[in-house]
Amino acid sequence: MTLRLDSLGQRYGEQVVLHDIDLTVPDGQLLCVVGPSGCGKSTLLRTVAGLQPAYEGSVSIDGTPVTGVPDQLAVVFQDYGRSLFPWLTVRDNVALPLRRRGLPRAERREQAERILERVGLEGAGRRHPWQLSGGMQQRVAIARALVCRPSLLLMDEPFGSLDAQTREDLEDLLLEVHRSDGATIVFVTHDIDESVYVGDRVVVLSPGPASHPVLDLPVTLPTKRDQITTRGLPEFVALRAQVGRAVRGPVASD
Amino acid sequence: MRRLRRPKRHQELWLGLLGVLLAFGICEAVGRAGVVRRSYLPPASEVVARAVQLAGDGAFMDGVGATVKAWALGLGLSVAIAVPLGLLLGSVPLVDSAVRVIVEFLRPLPSVALIPLVSLLLGTGIRTEVALITYACVWPVLFNTIYGLGETDPLAKDTLRAFGFGRLSVLLRVELPGTAPFIAAGIRISASVALILAVATELLSGFGQGLGIFIAQAGLATDGTRDVLAGVVWAGALGLVINGVLVWGERRLFPWTPERQTERQAGRGWVRAGAPGAGAAEADAVRSGAGSEPGSDASGPEAPGTGSGSGVVR
Repeated sequence: MTLRLDSLGQRYGEQVVLHDIDLTVPDGQLLCVVGPSGCGKSTLLRTVAGLQPAYEGSVSIDGTPVTGVPDQLAVVFQDYGRSLFPWLTVRDNVALPLRRRGLPRAERREQAERILERVGLEGAGRRHPWQLSGGMQQRVAIARALVCRPSLLLMDEPFGSLDAQTREDLEDLLLEVHRSDGATIVFVTHDIDESVYVGDRVVVLSPGPASHPVLDLPVTLPTKRDQITTRGLPEFVALRAQVGRAVRGPVASD
Repeated sequence: MRRLRRPKRHQELWLGLLGVLLAFGICEAVGRAGVVRRSYLPPASEVVARAVQLAGDGAFMDGVGATVKAWALGLGLSVAIAVPLGLLLGSVPLVDSAVRVIVEFLRPLPSVALIPLVSLLLGTGIRTEVALITYACVWPVLFNTIYGLGETDPLAKDTLRAFGFGRLSVLLRVELPGTAPFIAAGIRISASVALILAVATELLSGFGQGLGIFIAQAGLATDGTRDVLAGVVWAGALGLVINGVLVWGERRLFPWTPERQTERQAGRGWVRAGAPGAGAAEADAVRSGAGSEPGSDASGPEAPGTGSGSGVVR
């Protein structure tokens, strides 16, 4: 589905967080949003998710304005420890979104098991989230987001608190999922390398307050990516530098 | 603040046993040494022997049964009132503001002071007892419920909302299970309060059936101290058993709370939180409304797999 932001603005009380954001994400694109901490990246995601009404301007999906939480939406937050429910098993956590579909219990469980297998967690369904490592927990959160086959997937710094190895594994998992499911994905991160490696396109937000896009860059790398080779490509290095300069702002760039 | 090193689990058991033996020994010695008249303070062994003997006394056991029945009814009723009320007050700010004043007025009233009044209104039977227990027990459960709701992680609620679930689903699927450990802690605190109220009401009302009645009547008899103390031993033992069962239940039901996680990581068992010495901490918990604190983030996202062999085959 196509996501469109029209002169979107957001504020908390007097403080302007986001200002005049115009952005169109075509169907099936993986857009990375990069920006320094506190620039309102998460606020942007929450607004798109319909968790927070827009202060000014509008968000629309396939031409329909977003007023509440849109159907076909899934969100993965950074803090898997807080967004997974500890009283449910891994399988029940993953199956939870299916409850709204009115599927019978057995069917829900079967689908949950299938998607767990896909994210590399076969056999972990009966455990509880707190019995798993951080990387596994985030895999569970990703499985839960995918179980309803969303056409819009929002990810808020999903790999931000994981170690480098796990993070790279999950980046590749995300790319694989994106290739096969073709959902529109908005991926928020503060990691410049990650944004270039994962994204079809990178948008850099200015530091807050009144954050707005300062760079909109198509990622011209081959679709098939690899942690070692891709990151060594001259284009990758050039793109990373470009994004880096935009994030650091005009002062630091020379 | 510097902390003394906590003793290990098995050391704790032995230390606890040692403390009990020491206290027992002192009571025994004082009783036998003739410092006070033996009928005023019989030696500990006699008291315990009498307490054990009472277990075979049908009339006495009926009394204990009556007390436990009043305890259970009162506690059950208070939970049935306090949990829904707490959910309502905790999730609808408008109702909260409207009711808050009444609650704050009623709460500081010591329930023991209400015994004469309620006895006048309801007589001296089980109805009075249950009413008073219910009144006293509502508060810890109510405040823990409200506090627990306030501690519910906003991110957990957002997660469910983002999957398209509505307000009621969020309450039932996130807020209620998230609050459950707080509610359970409130019930555990109330369980002790209920026992105090049950015995106190019986003591003051003076006739009928119950552990308190037994103690009150023994107190009137000549040389009744031994029976009084044996009754007290029974009351204490009841409290200990009830607390133990509830602590055990909490551990079984809510293994994910930060406290359990830290214990698991430190390889500590179930002895400590069940130790009777936790009383002061619980009084604090009533005051601040905090039970166990599952909301606090002691088991942060950084903590990878939590002890107990979480090696999943990938």
